Amino acid sequence: MFSIPVFLDSFEPLIWAARYTLLISVLGIVLGLVIGTLICAARLSSNMVLRKLAALWVSFFRGVPLLVQLLVFYYSLAVIGIDVPATFAAVFTVGICASAYISEIWRGAIAALPKGQAEAAVAIGMKPSDVWTRIILPQAVTISLPALINELILLVKASSLVSVVGIMEITRASQAQAATTFRPLEVYIAAACIYLIINLCLSALGRYLEHRTAI
Amino acid sequence: MQASAVEIRKVNKYYGPFHALKDVDLSIPPGKVTCLIGPSGSGKSTLLRCINFLEEYDSGEIRIDGQLIGYETPGRKMSGRKLREMRRSIGMVFQQFNLWPHMTAKENVAEGLIRVRGLSKAEAETRAAEALTKVGLADKMENHPSRMSGGQQQRVAIARAIAMEPRLMLFDEPTSALDPELVGEVLNVMKTLASEGMTMVVVTHEMGFAAHVADQVAFMEKGELVAVDSPQGIFHAPKDQRIQNFLRTYHERNSF
Repeated sequence: MFSIPVFLDSFEPLIWAARYTLLISVLGIVLGLVIGTLICAARLSSNMVLRKLAALWVSFFRGVPLLVQLLVFYYSLAVIGIDVPATFAAVFTVGICASAYISEIWRGAIAALPKGQAEAAVAIGMKPSDVWTRIILPQAVTISLPALINELILLVKASSLVSVVGIMEITRASQAQAATTFRPLEVYIAAACIYLIINLCLSALGRYLEHRTAI
Repeated sequence: MQASAVEIRKVNKYYGPFHALKDVDLSIPPGKVTCLIGPSGSGKSTLLRCINFLEEYDSGEIRIDGQLIGYETPGRKMSGRKLREMRRSIGMVFQQFNLWPHMTAKENVAEGLIRVRGLSKAEAETRAAEALTKVGLADKMENHPSRMSGGQQQRVAIARAIAMEPRLMLFDEPTSALDPELVGEVLNVMKTLASEGMTMVVVTHEMGFAAHVADQVAFMEKGELVAVDSPQGIFHAPKDQRIQNFLRTYHERNSF
């Protein structure tokens, strides 16, 4: 039988573990935004070498499963004798993987803007840096918000993969909990609830931001 | 004879193998309205866009008040900074308005004054308000473009250009994207500008505007400038067969 007390008791250790899930997802998306923006800039640059390198970056990190990237990164560093904290390896890998998707989100949003938007700014003599920061990027951010929130939600769920390098995030904590209580069903349903609550909050945040930046 | 505001000499433009402008010569007199007319794809808009170098011409010369635009010397490109300086004094109005949707009408007009002319925000907003009042939109300053009609949007676009105090205004089919009942309000603003002595080059399909407001009309076809004449000469005594054909088609389409 499903035991309500066991189910409720499972929440405390899992909520404690959720801080790792959040840490890795949030730092991952921040790193992904920074690198993804640079990769997108490289893809749109006039330099052919930069464009090709950026395209290669995107195909590689989008084409290899995050779990495999994580294992490769974590164990290859161990092989060459560099001792990286597991959390660092996790944030780094999640961030790099996200950067591949985010650069494509940016690229799509920028391509969706009518050419006339930048042209009107160029025609009055605006500097390229102003054209980007005042005209193109503010609109690109608005266009790409739903896709970026989507990416963040995917990251929260993908962060369960970092349990393989030993980080006590929600999934791994629930495995441990299930093993000690012998009540896997209650524990995993509690874990599912926590993921769901986090992602519902992110959806609400997304709706709020979309509303704020609506044009 | 007064020097030209814009002097176009032997300008050629190619898109790959397509010869879009063929040895075009045209003088734009200062303080006057020049209308460019002709069938679609004749190169009118391309020529207009070459004047502020939004479109790069391949050979020939375009001089704004005597200064070559786009090139330092024939064949050697001008620096971005110098080109931007020249563009400051050339206003442009587009067929699709191209207002920035994330800014209000006032912000659209003030943006260039702040970023390009270096005015303070307060000063820029005062001037933006003046420009918007001039085009009859004093009550719409805080509206975003999405809350305005096409005619109102195009008037904001005109205000955005005139607030920069240009010496020359380029209009690229300014009424072609408008519902017929909104064309008049935009043409009226343009007539006011013309009466104040603004140098204007207007690509248009509004033959009525060309006939009544233009000081000279240039007819283009297939990348060639066929004729430049007074409106009287083009509309009532066209010498060239191609102009006669174009006007006949135009009248047939507009008769009922």
